[in-house]
Amino acid sequence: MIGPARNRTASRLALAALVALTAVVTLACGQDYYEIAVETPIQPKLDVSPFQRVLVAGFVSGGSDDVDANLETVRLLRSQLRTKSQLKVIDADVMPLNEIAQDQSKPAGATNDSTAAEPQAAASSSDPTALPKSIKEEKDLEPYERLFANTSYWKNIGEEYQNPLIVTGTVLFAPKTASGFVNREVEEFDGLGRRRVTPQRTYQERKGFVLRPKFVFIDGRTGATMYSETFREEILYPSQQNTPALSSYFELMDRLVPSFLSALSSQKIKGTRVLLN
Amino acid sequence: MKARFAAFAAMLVLSASPALADARGDAKQQVAFGINVAQRGLWREAIYRWERAVEIDPTFAAAYNDLAIGYEHEGQLDKARKAYEKALQLDPGNTQIRQNYDLFKEINDRTGQKSDSQ
Repeated sequence: MIGPARNRTASRLALAALVALTAVVTLACGQDYYEIAVETPIQPKLDVSPFQRVLVAGFVSGGSDDVDANLETVRLLRSQLRTKSQLKVIDADVMPLNEIAQDQSKPAGATNDSTAAEPQAAASSSDPTALPKSIKEEKDLEPYERLFANTSYWKNIGEEYQNPLIVTGTVLFAPKTASGFVNREVEEFDGLGRRRVTPQRTYQERKGFVLRPKFVFIDGRTGATMYSETFREEILYPSQQNTPALSSYFELMDRLVPSFLSALSSQKIKGTRVLLN
Repeated sequence: MKARFAAFAAMLVLSASPALADARGDAKQQVAFGINVAQRGLWREAIYRWERAVEIDPTFAAAYNDLAIGYEHEGQLDKARKAYEKALQLDPGNTQIRQNYDLFKEINDRTGQKSDSQ
């Protein structure tokens, strides 16, 4: 009699232990979750406290003839800075930096008329440091970057506008085509009329644009570059879709503007996260 | 012999589980309180509660997740990253923690983007 009774006790204890263990596991795993809005503050990358004013001077630009990337970038950044930074935005004519860089690259004494430009163009084919006349791709922009190292030029500009922070740089906005497999969702209905969405990989010709801006921040008091940052974004659509170049430009700039602003002023990035219990 | 072993095992589990459950239970209370106050916008109080929760139960992944969110909201991005990483280390298969971390990284990578010069 003792043997079976002891066995029964042990079985009960084991069962109790199992129940306790299940309770612990349930307590540990039974998870509630709550979606919550967060606003992440981002500190500015640049100390702009010495400046009261900002001059978005202009950009060396190229890539597409459909959009004047210099003019549009200046307009967009000025309007963003007006509403989202403490600095006073200087209203000035947009500087034609492509031409200014071309003028600066000419040997001293060269004239600016069309007759002088031809030998210059001819010379450019043999001179690797010469500036390309038209900017179609990223490598065409590189020689233009010498302009931003010209401290005396930028110091003069700074003096003209009472020593502001100067924003300049390069912008390439160019068309792009690509083809490849893309995922798309296909809607299907079965015999009972139930809807089902299944992912499908299909080969597609696509076209769109690539935007590659480089923002250069120059101290207007000294003409020296304080900081620079390069971005690259692209957007592709099905080749049948006709999207105006200007709306693609703004769509791509929309993605970059928060990063641009975060260099100058503290930003709050809104989002949602999931709290767990 | 088998019965003795079963009884011993049962005793061991029974004696250990209340302690485990107590720590987790206390930590869960802190976490729940933290969530409650965070929903009212009292993020500093929430962070204090979640810090208490991970002190009480350092194996509580959800508490680290919530703490990371609190740090993120306060702009303490280094602390947030460490807390997310700890949460994922404790519960690597948790898709909600992974999703939070991915969203955080997007912001963190953007702010830490390398400049070209200076």
